Amino acid sequence: MAAPASTSIPVAHRLRDAGIAGLVAMALAVPFLGLRTVNLDQGLVVQANLAYVPLAGAVVFLGRLVLGLLAAPLAKAVAPLAAWRPPAAAQRLRAWGGPLLVLAAVALPFLPFANRYVIDLGTTALIYILLATGLNITVGLAGLLDLGFAAFYAIGAYTCALTTTQLHWGFWPALVAGGLASSLFAVLLSLPILRLRGDYLAIVTLGFGEITRIVILNWQGLTGGPNGVSGIARPTLFGLTFDRRAPAGGHTFSEVTGIAYAPEHRLIFLYLVILALTALAAYTVARLRRLPIGRAWEALREDEIACRSLGINPTMVKVSAYASGALMGGLAGCFFAARQGFVSPESFGFMESATILAIVVLGGMGSQAGVIIAALFIVVLPELARGFADYRMLAFGLAMILIMIWKPGGLLSGRLPTIRLSNAKPKSVAEAA
Amino acid sequence: MTEPLLDVQGLTMRFGGLLAVDGVDLTAERNRITALIGPNGAGKTTIFNCLTGFYKPTAGRLLLRHPARGPIELQKLKGYGVARTGVVRTFQNIRLFPSMTVLENLLVAQHQALMPRSVFSFAGLLNLKGWRAAEEAAVETARDWLRRLDLLAVADEEAGNLSYGMQRRVEIARAMSTNPLLLCLDEPAAGLNPRETRALAELLVGIRAEHGIGILLIEHDMGLVMDISDHIVVVDHGARIAAGTPAEIRNDERVIKAYLGEPDADDVATAGGGAH
Repeated sequence: MAAPASTSIPVAHRLRDAGIAGLVAMALAVPFLGLRTVNLDQGLVVQANLAYVPLAGAVVFLGRLVLGLLAAPLAKAVAPLAAWRPPAAAQRLRAWGGPLLVLAAVALPFLPFANRYVIDLGTTALIYILLATGLNITVGLAGLLDLGFAAFYAIGAYTCALTTTQLHWGFWPALVAGGLASSLFAVLLSLPILRLRGDYLAIVTLGFGEITRIVILNWQGLTGGPNGVSGIARPTLFGLTFDRRAPAGGHTFSEVTGIAYAPEHRLIFLYLVILALTALAAYTVARLRRLPIGRAWEALREDEIACRSLGINPTMVKVSAYASGALMGGLAGCFFAARQGFVSPESFGFMESATILAIVVLGGMGSQAGVIIAALFIVVLPELARGFADYRMLAFGLAMILIMIWKPGGLLSGRLPTIRLSNAKPKSVAEAA
Repeated sequence: MTEPLLDVQGLTMRFGGLLAVDGVDLTAERNRITALIGPNGAGKTTIFNCLTGFYKPTAGRLLLRHPARGPIELQKLKGYGVARTGVVRTFQNIRLFPSMTVLENLLVAQHQALMPRSVFSFAGLLNLKGWRAAEEAAVETARDWLRRLDLLAVADEEAGNLSYGMQRRVEIARAMSTNPLLLCLDEPAAGLNPRETRALAELLVGIRAEHGIGILLIEHDMGLVMDISDHIVVVDHGARIAAGTPAEIRNDERVIKAYLGEPDADDVATAGGGAH
């Protein structure tokens, strides 16, 4: 990865390399910078302004040269970072990491700096953590690349939206329906693609993701097409709503508890519900990894032929991985719909699938803690960088490239064994020996 | 033993115009080591692939006499179904789950036994008593095989990080922890040093004596084959050319011709070595 000793590369070689980069930049600069369309009275005309072309060439030439000189010292400087492993003492904290994180997250809305914006951001981060936890089963554990995960997100969201608006269901039954619908859809989708793997699987899942979005966009009668669905039911606490005024025959949270009405209550409640569900999902996945089904997922990722030779039915393993992942995607979709109160097809485009996949890959495939860190990174960082306006996505992209250079396996790339022989107590050594 | 455990009749496998296996008959018995030998490209691994459900044979009958389930025609089962009857194999090029630990490899092998005990994972999710007992039993089975194959010290290592000889042993331990009826080993001694090969021979003889299972062995190491086999089947160009005890095979003219006729110097050397 890191170039060995910069001094070994001759200057002539560097100059030639930079020269080639400069020439390429100049060739690209002719259409991009050299030609400009100007709106004049007689219409749109193309003006040539070739002064920029040599300038672009010179900038790229120098930039390439400087980068070449800096690359090796930079790589050397960050080498210890790549090799960094948590100290042994941190291993003991690992068991406490989950509960502590949940406690901190529960406390967040009650901290002094927590305003609407912070809680909303936290909710978004939790939705992405839930989504990525689901995708992590399919991609990280079972090794089935899925570029269309937003389809399951969309199905969950639309199931929730349509059952609450058309059938007048409450939020909670709609949540269950959303998760199950998404899971069922995943089973149907997974059947035709079971034989595919690798690149082909990725392309087909990409197609399914787009098909789902386009069907939603065009099925005007059911989904409202590009107009979306609005008026989605908000979650209730044992039948209590978080509105200012109680609906006919109902009560509000502030009426019953005596706490003065505040619009933030609904946000905080939604945040806590998503937090509870996400924590439950993360715990479930951690448990599943230790069960036969979870081990079969990982074994399938490692070697499908060896799985078959041990009597494991790869079809069942794949379908269960897709269905479990989609279940969480569908639940996340329901929360998304309930939070916005509105869904439309453009929320579930390819960018969404790519973002969720980026969280899984960036976190380190298969790692739950990695998913949480990466989701916070991907959701919170662009928000923090809002001050940079248009450049924030550029900075974000750069940050991702740097992470992938330093930690090519993701932030937490080490796989934790699901069981250790040293921890399992021997039953009776004398009898076994 | 009147009725053999496995009875293969007229096994034929055709890939387009290529006749890889041509009407091979083969039997394997319990408490016996049956070796399948032949020059490179003779079709030995193809026979294994048909037997273990990886290929669907063009013709022939593969009858397994299962002590509990009665006679089973293996060629009618799906790939993974064959392993569920107790016919379990290892691979010529080792196929472990490399980033899982050795112990995890052995637990995956017990998937069939553990899955019903986890009751669609619900009992496992709730960590019920029945499930915990089942998992402990599975760990004990694994521990037993790790001890026998001298792998206890590396039980928590990633399987992919082990030496080649150890990986071969893990693969055998993994196959054995499925509690098989017929163990099919595809060149288990390939890449092992003489000491490791001797240990392998002892292990196979031990398994034959204690576990009442049949062992079917593809092997190029003639010294090993002649030492431990009870019965040898020789194939060449997809057809069976001889079958019998090691002593009979050693003096069979067709076998000697098949090996000496091969231009491959290695095979000649090993075949000659076995004849002493």
